[in-house]
Amino acid sequence: MKVFFFIIVLFSVILGTANGSMDKVSQAALTECTAAVTLAVSLCGTICFWSGIMNIAERSGLTAKLSALVSPLLGKLFSGIDRSGRAMNYIVLNLVSNLLGLANAATPLGIKAMEELKAEENAEESATDNMIIFTVMNTASLQLFPATVAAIRANNGSGAPLEILPCVWIVSVAALATALIVAKLLAALYRRKRMRKGVRT
Amino acid sequence: MSFTDMFVPCVILLILFYGILTKTDIFEVFVEGAAQGLKTTADILPALICLMTCIGMFKAAGGIDLLGSLVKPVTDIFGFPSEAASLIFIRPLSGSGALAFYEDIIAQYGPDSFIGRVASTMMGSSETTFYTLAVYFGAVRIKNTRYALLPALSADLTCWIAAAAAVRLMF
Repeated sequence: MKVFFFIIVLFSVILGTANGSMDKVSQAALTECTAAVTLAVSLCGTICFWSGIMNIAERSGLTAKLSALVSPLLGKLFSGIDRSGRAMNYIVLNLVSNLLGLANAATPLGIKAMEELKAEENAEESATDNMIIFTVMNTASLQLFPATVAAIRANNGSGAPLEILPCVWIVSVAALATALIVAKLLAALYRRKRMRKGVRT
Repeated sequence: MSFTDMFVPCVILLILFYGILTKTDIFEVFVEGAAQGLKTTADILPALICLMTCIGMFKAAGGIDLLGSLVKPVTDIFGFPSEAASLIFIRPLSGSGALAFYEDIIAQYGPDSFIGRVASTMMGSSETTFYTLAVYFGAVRIKNTRYALLPALSADLTCWIAAAAAVRLMF
């Protein structure tokens, strides 16, 4: 991030000098910081409202209930770990929290899931196949309701801020499916490589 | 009245209904959660100030237009709008940075334009890939992540290509 910070300012100064638009660059440096505060304030309401609603979902046990529903389905993705064990429990809770957009709850649960996976599979410094599947599922972001995106669209005068929901769902599922297929293929490839090495030595 | 208009009110109602059913103090719990949201907003603000200022300067200097024209030959193949290309670079690296780019795209081209819709779909269906990998593997001191990066990046790539295709198909 520190490299990015420096490089983007460096390029701004170089390009601004080359294009003769230094006046605009200077103005941006002075006004964009205010725009950031305006943006954060305009998003604050949406973020707070959904945090509140989702806190109810979590505390009332709705998240846990949904987790129990999807657990058998998710179990198929992870091979060789206890279906009703602690690792599996945290994995499911993390993925359901992500689905509901509970980012604050999802990250600590995800880290717990990684710790339990590490313990259950006796991993040391190398990631196991299950750890990779789990992390990759987190990077693919399956989310039912992207509240921030909806809020920015609404703030900018969109006629229908939520019309993109079906698109978001289709694309999320496609991205997740790709990630899982690639991960499973690579897992098979690595397993075969290791077996071949084992035969030689 | 469309399905998407029904979605949000019904989800809210359903969650409240379940809360009442399980005798949760829905008001107290809501307020507590909303206070957490306030903290989340405060947490992202410092990074947002840094990134929006940088990106604002970069854009004023003509950097974003230059970046867009550089990647245009590649993005055109996939029918992806080169105006939203800046998001491709920043999305896997920084959540606040992506938010700053996204807001900029929406303000300039409008939320209901093709570019605005593609950018919205991308934002809604992708994650801060590198950050997530670093946090999860870092937290349990895994040094060798083996093949984890490739599937994660393939998800991002699918997301960019599918976003443009899905918007074309649905609107």
